[in-house]
Amino acid sequence: MDDFSILIGGKAGDGIDRAGLIIARILNQLGYRLYIYRDYPSIIRGGHTFSVIRISKNKIGCHLDGADFLLALNQDSVDLHKGKIKDNSFMIYDSDQVKSESLPAAIRSLGLPLGKILTEENALPVMRNSCIIGAFSKAIGLEWEILERVFKKNIPKELELNLKVALRGYNEAKEFVKVESTGGISLPVLTGNEAIGLGLIKGGLNAYIAYPMTPSSSLLHFLAQEAEDFSLKVIHPESEIAVILIALGFSYAGQRVAVGTSGGGFCLMTEGLSLAGMAELPIVIVIGQRPGPSTGVPTHTAQGDLHFALNAGQGEFPRFLVSPGDAEDAYFWSLVALNISWKYQIPSMILADKSLCEGTYSFDIDSIEGLKQEKPILWDRKQPYKRYLDTETGISPLTFVPDKEAVVKVDSYAHDESGITTEEAQKIKSTQDKRLRKEKYLMKELETYKTVEVFGNKSSSVALICWGSNKGVCIEASEDLGLKVIHPVVLSPFPVKEMRQSLQGVQNLICVENNATAQLASLVSRYGFTVNEKILKYDGRPFSLDELEERLKDVVNRL
Amino acid sequence: MKDLSTYAQNTWCPGCGNFAILNSIKPVLNALDEQGFPLEKVVLVSGIGCHAKIVDYINVNSFYSIHGRVVPVATGIKLANPDLKVIGFAGDGDAYGEGLEHLVFAAKRNIDITMIIHNNRVYGLTTGQFTPTSPLGFKGRSTPQGTREFPINPLELMLSSGATFIARGYSRGLDLLKRTFTEAIMHKGFSLVDVLQVCVTFFNMYEYYNKKIYELNGHNYQDYHEALLKIKEWDYNSESPIALGVFYKKEMATFEDGFLRPETETGDRESNMGRVLTEAI
Repeated sequence: MDDFSILIGGKAGDGIDRAGLIIARILNQLGYRLYIYRDYPSIIRGGHTFSVIRISKNKIGCHLDGADFLLALNQDSVDLHKGKIKDNSFMIYDSDQVKSESLPAAIRSLGLPLGKILTEENALPVMRNSCIIGAFSKAIGLEWEILERVFKKNIPKELELNLKVALRGYNEAKEFVKVESTGGISLPVLTGNEAIGLGLIKGGLNAYIAYPMTPSSSLLHFLAQEAEDFSLKVIHPESEIAVILIALGFSYAGQRVAVGTSGGGFCLMTEGLSLAGMAELPIVIVIGQRPGPSTGVPTHTAQGDLHFALNAGQGEFPRFLVSPGDAEDAYFWSLVALNISWKYQIPSMILADKSLCEGTYSFDIDSIEGLKQEKPILWDRKQPYKRYLDTETGISPLTFVPDKEAVVKVDSYAHDESGITTEEAQKIKSTQDKRLRKEKYLMKELETYKTVEVFGNKSSSVALICWGSNKGVCIEASEDLGLKVIHPVVLSPFPVKEMRQSLQGVQNLICVENNATAQLASLVSRYGFTVNEKILKYDGRPFSLDELEERLKDVVNRL
Repeated sequence: MKDLSTYAQNTWCPGCGNFAILNSIKPVLNALDEQGFPLEKVVLVSGIGCHAKIVDYINVNSFYSIHGRVVPVATGIKLANPDLKVIGFAGDGDAYGEGLEHLVFAAKRNIDITMIIHNNRVYGLTTGQFTPTSPLGFKGRSTPQGTREFPINPLELMLSSGATFIARGYSRGLDLLKRTFTEAIMHKGFSLVDVLQVCVTFFNMYEYYNKKIYELNGHNYQDYHEALLKIKEWDYNSESPIALGVFYKKEMATFEDGFLRPETETGDRESNMGRVLTEAI
């Protein structure tokens, strides 16, 4: 089996998310590359929640509509996913919850009385997952020892009981299809948020400040969990306003700091963002997009905040904005975002979305090249210290409090080189020029990075252009049609030169975006690049491979 | 005595109460320096308003921040480096109006920073509107008919929020102000000094305050209930004596101490990274 999907569904509170991860880790032992799409409502108990675990021999970053296996813990998991059932699908369901007459006639299935089994074993309701995972493992011909190993690693509480319940499921089931080991190595399985967190840590992060907001919260949870081991200060203060200002306090004191939020929280941060621009304080802001306006659809995905992030904050100041496409990108560019922020003393933004933040990927750290650790430009102590010394590059050398030989003054007002407030016309202009000049040097440095990625058939005259998490689905969808895929990762300062190179030979450009107004298309048009066709999706759900392929065929036929 | 002045031109109105705060804090900082707490370890933070210019006038590390956000900036600096003394200056609009939540949370956390509030009970820099501590009926440019809301008593709010040092000062009588500032800065924990700082241009209260003020004497500032009674004596609105000095003081664990842990070596970071990745297989 080269490409294979499992859908597990139940109520919120059934532990579907955890179960999906354990299934993924089981399949990971067989050397597959994988991707998990999680779909859940914004409620704590009840509602319908499901995960699609897709495995492949190749690197993947999207899910399919169809499922080879359905694991149904409730009736909704059958009723709501009928369209996903294929001729050769196999279903394992809780026969205490699902009416057998409701199953599609053609499907092969196994009903397990999970409630009854749990009662017999004196187990907790949440352990239904373990039982169904046991049955699934047998159905794919998995050796019991592999399941045991994964359970031992992933289930800290009541391991024995979980194994006992799983064994019941395992013994009740028969092998349906043998999923063979690929013989390849098993990679770590990480969410996009975890990859961002590890990239920041690798970049020397000292502190992470955040107020919980989906889909950024799991980054806060991950770093809080790891705070001790990495000597991080992880703080959850009263509001996103406090978040960014506390972070700027850290930054002033010379500590590498990041904050995380989503659109609504970022709205509250914009005044602090502008302060970072004026006071030239390094900071990394992670934004996980979800559908807006306003509260929108909290637990779903969107790419509606590109122009907001590009333009947020009063006044004009340079910013670095990067939108990673998968876990390796997230790791690499989070480190770069920290480095650039400290080198140029500007705010860096990592613009992600729910698909990336909460999507789970196989993470191949060895495929990441060109990681550089950079130190900020520090004061040489030859001249008296001036926090905003005007230099050729616009970058003023740093020193941090406490420094016996320096007084370090930062200021939100227009200020002179020493950081004293000024209203003098000449000084206002010269310091604004100084701040903006840094962008020119940053653009030059960015030429040493792959700011625009190109995939697929590089000689095709038809190209897709996408950003962020649509990278994976676009690469796969373009394969059969033999198209080129252009994925700009850096969106500010915009890599005009690299974009022009990547567009060579392209006559028709199709944008693929999770928003209603084609924000990337309008961004590139500002630099003279024309998008001919738009494939947009703004229902909160990411593109499945099937859906994008279909819409792409329609568009290509029209060209 | 180090000369702590800068080349910045002072633009406060003649007779402004801010001079008293400036002229008190400078000798206090100098005294700290002489007692072995070097000035490079001091960071001053200000917001926006007339008060905030104080950081331009003192040649010490500073963060001239934005309106209402002195407290979170000071919090971040202290958390980043607990060896620093962080002193925040804020106006009454700046601390009790916009950004009030930060003050409540800083008190709740008992983070070891000092807040000095330049409470002139009027917006000066925006030319004369009412603030959260203006008396009922205050006629300002945004309330020509007089305000229809009572002032808050910031000291009472701070006491109920968990502040461990609460005091009031006055912009006349530098000696008391200096003593109060010193005590507040030396206090380990969250300290707030509400300074009745007179705005001679928009709300000149000198004559009024001179008749009402008295210095606390024999007050048991370690007793919460006694402190509460004293704090409630004057509600920033009615006619009653106005006490100056320390109302409340208590020793308690501070927030930043909970974050003290040894720095991780780079090598440890690498091996921990390896551990996280292995666990994720």
